[in-house]
Amino acid sequence: MGKFFGVILVLITLVSAYPIVTHKFVQPVDISTHGHAIDEQLADTMAEAGLAFVGAQLLLAFFVWKFSNRKDGSKVVHLPGGAKLMVATAFIFIGTEVLALGVLGQKAWADVYFTAPKPDAMQIQAQAGQFAFYFRYPGADGRFGPLHPDKIDEGNQNYFGLDPANDVEARDDIVTAELTIPINREIHLLLHAKDVGHSFYVRELRLQQDFVPGLDLSLHFTATKTGKYEIVCTQLCGLGHYNMKAYLNVLAQDEFDKWLKDRAAEQ
Amino acid sequence: MEDAAVQPVQVHAPPEGFIRKFVFSLDHKMIGKQYYGLALMAVFMGMVLSWFMRFHLVWPDAKIPGLGAIAPTGAPGGVITPEYYLSLLTMHGTLMVFFVLTNAPFAGFGNYFLPIQIGAEDMAFPRFNMMSFWTTLVAFIVLVSAFFIPDGPPISGWTAYAPLSAVGKDAGPGLGWGQNLWAMSIALFCVGQLLGSLNFIATTLDLRAKGMTLMRMPICTWAWFITSCIGLLAFAVLLPACLLLLLDRMAGTSFFIPSGLVVSDRLQNHAGGSPLLWQHLFWFFGHPEVYIAILPAVGIVSHVLITSMRKPLLSAKVMIYSMMSIGFLSWMVWGHHMFVSGMNPFSSLLFSFPTLTITIPATIITLIWLGSLFGANIQINSASLFALGFVSMFVSGGVSGFFLAQPSIDIYLHATYFVVGHFHMVMGVAAIFGILSGTYFWFPKMSGRMMNETLGQIHFWITFVGTYCIFMPFHYLGLVGNVRRYSSFVDDFMAPLMPVHKFISIAAFITGAAQLIFLYNLIHSRFRGKIAPENPWNATSLEWSIPSPPPWNNFGDKHPVVFHDPYQYGVKGSKGDFVMQDSPEQVVGGWDK
Repeated sequence: MGKFFGVILVLITLVSAYPIVTHKFVQPVDISTHGHAIDEQLADTMAEAGLAFVGAQLLLAFFVWKFSNRKDGSKVVHLPGGAKLMVATAFIFIGTEVLALGVLGQKAWADVYFTAPKPDAMQIQAQAGQFAFYFRYPGADGRFGPLHPDKIDEGNQNYFGLDPANDVEARDDIVTAELTIPINREIHLLLHAKDVGHSFYVRELRLQQDFVPGLDLSLHFTATKTGKYEIVCTQLCGLGHYNMKAYLNVLAQDEFDKWLKDRAAEQ
Repeated sequence: MEDAAVQPVQVHAPPEGFIRKFVFSLDHKMIGKQYYGLALMAVFMGMVLSWFMRFHLVWPDAKIPGLGAIAPTGAPGGVITPEYYLSLLTMHGTLMVFFVLTNAPFAGFGNYFLPIQIGAEDMAFPRFNMMSFWTTLVAFIVLVSAFFIPDGPPISGWTAYAPLSAVGKDAGPGLGWGQNLWAMSIALFCVGQLLGSLNFIATTLDLRAKGMTLMRMPICTWAWFITSCIGLLAFAVLLPACLLLLLDRMAGTSFFIPSGLVVSDRLQNHAGGSPLLWQHLFWFFGHPEVYIAILPAVGIVSHVLITSMRKPLLSAKVMIYSMMSIGFLSWMVWGHHMFVSGMNPFSSLLFSFPTLTITIPATIITLIWLGSLFGANIQINSASLFALGFVSMFVSGGVSGFFLAQPSIDIYLHATYFVVGHFHMVMGVAAIFGILSGTYFWFPKMSGRMMNETLGQIHFWITFVGTYCIFMPFHYLGLVGNVRRYSSFVDDFMAPLMPVHKFISIAAFITGAAQLIFLYNLIHSRFRGKIAPENPWNATSLEWSIPSPPPWNNFGDKHPVVFHDPYQYGVKGSKGDFVMQDSPEQVVGGWDK
């Protein structure tokens, strides 16, 4: 049975590694300017974790194969080097590896969170509420009108609770159900939660950020490829959580300008 | 404290009558079995809930027979609604993390064996011990009652993030009295665990037999002791968190709820609270909690492996210090559950470094096991197979932690099936393997009978292969960005992943069914198993020096005296290949420590 354990474990290890090694399950194409650093970090970590996984499982399989139910009368012995060798190995190999990953990985995190948006980044507000995302553009005056939660009226499509009658800046605000942006232009996305916690996740942008009620959070990013990408909610928000999504449309600049003009006319 | 005095004081009277023997027992052995039985009930409930979940994900329109009768609102006609899926998910997590993984390896086996392994007659506070079990049982009943109220169980997950969990029933089904019952149940559970932890600590420090220095305690005793130190501090934080949640829900306070929230078209009458406060409180408990779940299993597996290998570990001291380091570091890492939560991104980096550092003691522990297997003579049986399987699972579950510990990678993998795969491998498989290994190992001592070895091995092989088939693919799904806690997969990118989900669901049903083999073995062997000798495994620690099952006061009229550490295997010059811990037989040229 010990030998059988060894064999089964080797098979499990090889079968588990196969989809990774053959890249059967990979992240989608990266359409962001910061994503390559994340992808590199992921690849490096996969290589190191993969080696640790395969190495440890094969060692376990081999030792169980060789040292179980021995009938040859040989004595039990200790591994030369003993515990000291194990501790040294752990500190030197794993310690260096994980600290290296941690230190090297700071840049990818810093690219997303420690750089401020450029002053000319296009501001768009995203609101998450059970169970839809809505987006607001500031319009020609470049300013967002204030939000009035008591004025929210979904039936009349006043998702944000705007009061154009009394707030001048709200009059030209453009509200949409899709996040449409121009390619190669930095976007400063302001995140507003209407009711409970939600989260903004676009796989291709390599971005994920919670919407927290009561907190002014934001993201900034630049999309480098046109196309239609899914925005999905990743913070459990109630029964419609599975269905809470929107689309990110990345358009060429002139197409975006036309789109925005058309939306402004509709408001 | 190093060399504890003999404790000849009779801790409690011999139990008389059915109620004192089997219901309100003061005997740590009965209380341990009661905890184990509760955990067994909870694990089967939790497993059935997961079957419903896996069924619904793959066949969302299927009518599940009988479910419509139990949950007419949640599953009308037996078809699970999105909200009921979330209820199943919430109760699955709550039952498994609290009532299985904290109960069985720690409160169950710890209660039964810690006093015996240190040579004591019982725990230091038998009445506290009884109260801790009964509080836990009441907590269980309160939790399960949420299934039977009209609005059903809560849908906010075992993590119950505010404001979803705090604003009340405006936010969705189950968030009225279901959430109240959840918070009350967990608060009661905390009280039970605090009483238990106090008991373990006092007993370990004060009731050790003559010669039983701290460093001569078995590794599993150390694991229970370290776990109880963590538990005392961790549950002391979760308890007030649950009380604050109840106050927000029932007394109009706003600890976790800011102003201006419009939920289901109603402006909520709260102001000033912080949803992040709940997350900090919860995870400050929640991360040490997962070490509470795994450390006893680490201890049990070490104990079983040593006996099975017929040799001690390369170094028990290194193992003990590594467990202590994990316990210490576990307090510094809670923010790794909150990298993208909106907390200061600089603190994410601060949390990342201790998280990565925990890899070091975890690797030391794994290498000590692996290195100790070299040159061993492993006796393969159900207990040792589950212990070896644990080592494999600990590695598998541990390496996915490398990814999640890094905030930059967590941007992509957070809230995906990658995370679900990680914690299921370490908790849902490895910790369970620790419980199963302990069960096969200690069943003869607890019941006086042997379990059926053939059934045990069949159980092992199906479970070992089956759990890999279930949880390894979770990681692949996560790498593609498959989001977790979704009751259906309607997104464009999900369609190609459905065959993987089908494979997982079928593996789950088969592996789950194999657990019935274990249940049958447990029950059948209890009544019809072969009579067990006092020491069927030729093991050395004190539990193997007393009858199977032990008398009410463990050591009868004897007060055990120990002469060396508990792992004298393969000793040169001894009569067999082992020396019992209470044997004065001289250790001639024994292992270098």
